[in-house]
Amino acid sequence: MTPAARQIVFENVSKFYGEVLGVNKVSFSLAPGITSLVGPNGSGKTTLMNLLTGLIRPSQGAIYVLGLTPQQPIEFFRQVGYCTQFDSFPPGTTGYDFIYWPLRLHGFGRDQAAKLTNEALERAGMAQVARRKVAGYSKGMRQRIRLAQAIAHHPSVLVLDEPLNGLDPMARAESIALFEAIAKQGMHVIISSHILEEVDRISDRVVLMSSGYVVAEGQIREVRKEVHDHPMQILVRCSNAARLAAAAFELDHVVEAKILNDGHGVLVRTRDPEQFYLLLNKIVSGGLVEVDAVAPADDDVNSIYQYLIGSDGGPA
Amino acid sequence: MSAQDLVARAQKWSKEQPWRLFGSQIFILVRNEVRRNLFTRRRIWIYLLALIPVLIILTHVIFDRSNTDQAQIENDTQVLAGIVQLYYLRLGIFFACMAIFTWLFRGEMVERTLHYQFLVPVRREILVVGKFLAGVAVTIALFETAVVACVFLMYSRFGSAGKSYVLDGPGLGQLGSYLLVTALACLGYGAVFLALSVLFKNPIIPGVVIMGWEAIAPIFPAWAQRLSVTFYLKHLCPVSLPIRGPLAIFTIVAEPVSPLIAVLGLLCLTIATLALSCFLIHRMEITYTAE
Repeated sequence: MTPAARQIVFENVSKFYGEVLGVNKVSFSLAPGITSLVGPNGSGKTTLMNLLTGLIRPSQGAIYVLGLTPQQPIEFFRQVGYCTQFDSFPPGTTGYDFIYWPLRLHGFGRDQAAKLTNEALERAGMAQVARRKVAGYSKGMRQRIRLAQAIAHHPSVLVLDEPLNGLDPMARAESIALFEAIAKQGMHVIISSHILEEVDRISDRVVLMSSGYVVAEGQIREVRKEVHDHPMQILVRCSNAARLAAAAFELDHVVEAKILNDGHGVLVRTRDPEQFYLLLNKIVSGGLVEVDAVAPADDDVNSIYQYLIGSDGGPA
Repeated sequence: MSAQDLVARAQKWSKEQPWRLFGSQIFILVRNEVRRNLFTRRRIWIYLLALIPVLIILTHVIFDRSNTDQAQIENDTQVLAGIVQLYYLRLGIFFACMAIFTWLFRGEMVERTLHYQFLVPVRREILVVGKFLAGVAVTIALFETAVVACVFLMYSRFGSAGKSYVLDGPGLGQLGSYLLVTALACLGYGAVFLALSVLFKNPIIPGVVIMGWEAIAPIFPAWAQRLSVTFYLKHLCPVSLPIRGPLAIFTIVAEPVSPLIAVLGLLCLTIATLALSCFLIHRMEITYTAE
């Protein structure tokens, strides 16, 4: 399989709803793993997912998913599962039927479809209530039954629009574990979420969106390095904070070195973290300071999100 | 490109298609559609639409039991022809098809469930065909049952004379023609309303325009009349109605065509309209907020 045949590719994709911009000139390619779409309300995340799955068509540009397009629905939708944000279901359907009949449309026989249905229900933790009508489900159960339908046919690309909405902490943890397990099998998992801490923890890469534009895309730490306007913050827990702060101040690229309130650490803001780490090595090897922990303080999605989009990552 | 090349390409294309999968997908779509949308309580008024003439004839049978002479059979045959041609073809099947076929896609847009149909490995043409056949199965089952019940009730009160009229006389042929006309009406109107529902957000107003067109089409040139469903159906009705005055427009046959041409013409109209629906559904996007 060629690399392009394993990737999701957006080529200069734009979508306009009349005169309203959905997304504009989006180009990127995604390798297998977990990719998070992050951005405020109306930034174009759902539009991007709907474009990816063919629910809407691009005004210009092209999209390829594992070398396929939605114009080849039989091949395409065997590879793709999409859990949308639409909280609506066919009237009168039960949880079991909601998964079983789409599997039959995939071409699975009765037994195989039943087996896959039960497996998906188990994985989503919905086996006990599968024979009940979906109309009687709680919001979290409806979310999970949609997730179960999206994963039932073992897709290579799983697209999830706000999949953690409405889930209790236990279900949320289970869902995240499920996404990680799917990604570990070499599949694509594309998630939009406004719960940035969780996205940050599980994502291999992020696509940051604002007002229909992709403002940054790539591995979180790589994206952070590209944000030159905001010096990187590094937290050092150490024994002699004043000494470290003084040494740090002598470096040109350090713009701030703040001793922590408890006196046992320094928060450094630097434009060149590599140079700072070299300095830190020197100081530690010279025995001047005993370091307990060193950690970047703002290379998470939330910080990058704030720097690039100027928002606190409220509901997306 | 020569005709031979075209044939060879068509054969190659045909061999590459997963016909068996298409067949099973259509079967499942029909089954799901019938269970989910059509045999439900909110469709009761459609069943009533089909059953109103049956109930009227039943009342007639109960209260007019004594009048069973031979001449009355001829009269009742005319009444039956009026029921089929003026009520079922012009109103009953028309409105039932409007309700059922416009809801197949538009209903799913309103209920925000159409995306589920677009996210399975089913070609959208197959989706159109599956939903269309589901609607056809329900309307045909409903209205053919009603027509058979009308015929049975109408002639059963005449006893052996009625039985003889149906089995040895023209009755059975008339019933066959009515069943054919009913089935073709369901196909024709169904395809038209399915296309309207894909074409317009609110298909009711275009539906009323179609109703008007079906009524006044006879006053237009022959080529234009061929774009109406009733043009073909009128040629297949076995009993002509002696209607005079403005209402004669509903029964007048301006340019007679053979029954075979009428059937083929309506089937062609149905297929062309379905092809338009397939084209439109390919371009359809899921934007529920615009609904």
